[in-house]
Amino acid sequence: MSPPVISRRWAPYIFIAPFFLLFAVFGLFPLLFSIYLSLHQWNPAEGLHTMHWVGLENYGYALTDPWFHDSLYNTVWFALVSGLPQHLVALPLAFFIHQRVKRGRNLLVGAYFVPYITSSVAIALIFTTLLSKDYGLVNAMLAELTRIPLLGSPLEAVLQSRGGAIDWLGDADTTKPAVAFVVFWRYLGWNLVLYLSALQVIDKDLYEAATLDGAKPWQQFRYITLPLLRPMMFFAVSLTIIGSLQLFEEPFILVDSERGASQSVMTSAIFMYRLAFSDGDFGTASAVSWLLFFLIAALTWLNAKLFGSDARGEHAAR
Amino acid sequence: MKLKTSLIALTLLMLGSLVLAQPARPQLRVATFPDLDRAAKAAAAIWAQRHPGIELKIVSMQYADHHMAMTTALATGSGLPDVMAIDLRFIGKFAASGGFVDLNQAPYNAGTKAGDYVRYALMQGQSRKGAQLAMPADIGPGTLLYRKDILDKAGVSEAEITKDWASYLAAGKKIKAATGALLMADAADLRDIALRQGLKDGEGIYFDDQGKVLVESERFRRAFELGRAARAAGLDAHASAWSNDWAAGFKQGRIATQMMGAWLVGHLKNWLAPDTAGLWRSAPLPGGVQAAYGGSFYAIPKKAQHKDAAWDFIRLMTADKAVQLNSLRVLDSYPALLAAHQDPLMDEPIAFLGGQVARQMWRETAARVPATPVSPFDVLATTIIRDEFEKVITRGKDIATALKDARELIERRTRRRPGRDA
Repeated sequence: MSPPVISRRWAPYIFIAPFFLLFAVFGLFPLLFSIYLSLHQWNPAEGLHTMHWVGLENYGYALTDPWFHDSLYNTVWFALVSGLPQHLVALPLAFFIHQRVKRGRNLLVGAYFVPYITSSVAIALIFTTLLSKDYGLVNAMLAELTRIPLLGSPLEAVLQSRGGAIDWLGDADTTKPAVAFVVFWRYLGWNLVLYLSALQVIDKDLYEAATLDGAKPWQQFRYITLPLLRPMMFFAVSLTIIGSLQLFEEPFILVDSERGASQSVMTSAIFMYRLAFSDGDFGTASAVSWLLFFLIAALTWLNAKLFGSDARGEHAAR
Repeated sequence: MKLKTSLIALTLLMLGSLVLAQPARPQLRVATFPDLDRAAKAAAAIWAQRHPGIELKIVSMQYADHHMAMTTALATGSGLPDVMAIDLRFIGKFAASGGFVDLNQAPYNAGTKAGDYVRYALMQGQSRKGAQLAMPADIGPGTLLYRKDILDKAGVSEAEITKDWASYLAAGKKIKAATGALLMADAADLRDIALRQGLKDGEGIYFDDQGKVLVESERFRRAFELGRAARAAGLDAHASAWSNDWAAGFKQGRIATQMMGAWLVGHLKNWLAPDTAGLWRSAPLPGGVQAAYGGSFYAIPKKAQHKDAAWDFIRLMTADKAVQLNSLRVLDSYPALLAAHQDPLMDEPIAFLGGQVARQMWRETAARVPATPVSPFDVLATTIIRDEFEKVITRGKDIATALKDARELIERRTRRRPGRDA
């Protein structure tokens, strides 16, 4: 007897089934369920049967919530303060590396890229140690700097006004910049690599021709490099917008959630997490996640408008 | 045909091994978390002796993971253990789930044994309607731990730091001037304990029995003022509990006092600051406050498979004097069982506290702590109060405004979801 044969008609579906099954269970179902959930009031600790329909009330509740407003402000603040410099630094840096660094370029780019692939827990451990109030390297360095004449006394005054040392991750005034710096540091390398790869495909003839026409390096950057980088800038900025609006890991692990200062770095994603897992309000948390989705969609659309429709075309520059 | 026969044979073999793989004897599944799991593991031998027919299976996950997993289990009604360990922080939330057996009912009849336990701890395990949903295993009588060597150096007596809050803060200034050490780790610790001052039996911390939010009361205003005064005078290390700076503060002797549950002595001894053995002393909380920090409980989910055995296990862990005392020895958790409080072990000097007979004092505290009902929204209110307090001490927000904002936010968060009761 020959082994059972699956008919040709069904074989492809069976072979492709594992992916679709997994996707349906872990991708599609949670997505659809979160829509359903956002229209209900439900505390999971009370069991599935306690779920009850409230319509769009969760959305209204979230939109009028003072903490949601705070969290949106924080999210936008992070997007600007940590997101914008990522590009303002990465772009010229990529140009510089592309033009001037020949030897050891891979090593240099690799060094910038390492933070991006490092586990966020390791990063959090390092930075909480560096930024520790009483035992951190950063504060130790600041204390050393106070000995330098001229710079010393104003710095000393700043430190004294904060009780002798800056509580980077515990004081509501400094937690935001501290976290923004870590985010900036982490994603700079990623953007650098993006821009560098885009620079490498720009035709060298263009620069040669420009040189012959007497264009100075700045003019070459302004009139050749920037326009040709536009598609990549659109792509990189889109990723930064999406990433910034979903910012969760860095503020969540850098600032102890048991501390009052954690409120100052509460992004919308953290607010959503708190609603669900600390307050047990899964309905509103789902509503917030969808509000966040709409916001991301809107901003990405705006970004596309800003860079012009041609930026998205592959051959935009040709 | 050969393939078919071998397929059938294989299927039978697999089914057979499945049947065989089933545990030979029923399993009692206990879900718990560290360090509490050590108490259960220490009692495992006694369990095996008394219940040879039922295997004890202790499943231990990290504190946060455990409570998250239990929330999920309660939500879906699947994967629930026979016995669930619950920390005080989650009691209110879990009690509202309606997913637990009322231990006051037959055949458990915990009510008849109510007098065996520390009263306030037993009440924490009750729903608002008086159903006993969890039994207390250990408690945390509040105490003021202080570094005697630092106080001596500054010429400050124990009476000065315990008399009242004003005297406590004044002593802190003296200590800082003479030794450079800070009075406390975090001004928030002071606020948190001061807002428990003057609580009466049956009175909730954040909510009264009608669910009215109490945070605009004099109690909270005073607590906020005291916390602010401590921060303004530079008496705290800005180090929240369990942070690296907090641990380092103890190791390096920068923190002179800490208000906490008596169990902190065990943590100090084992890992926080073992080198400071003999330098610490335990005193009552300042201003005559009687308060408790934390506590662990055991409960039986309604969907548990072996409820009788589960109850036997809970009785073993909470009502057996020898087991309770062993927990005290193993992990410095203070017994919830009153009978254990009368044991000679209570009169033993504690080496880490320089030979002080501190357990007697903790017993007094345990007896005096007011029984405060637990609300499912306590954790929420704690978070909101904490955030408003932060705004007061770092941004200079006005206390009255902060408390008003806190009340409005707590009302907003709780109004939509009236805590269901079992």
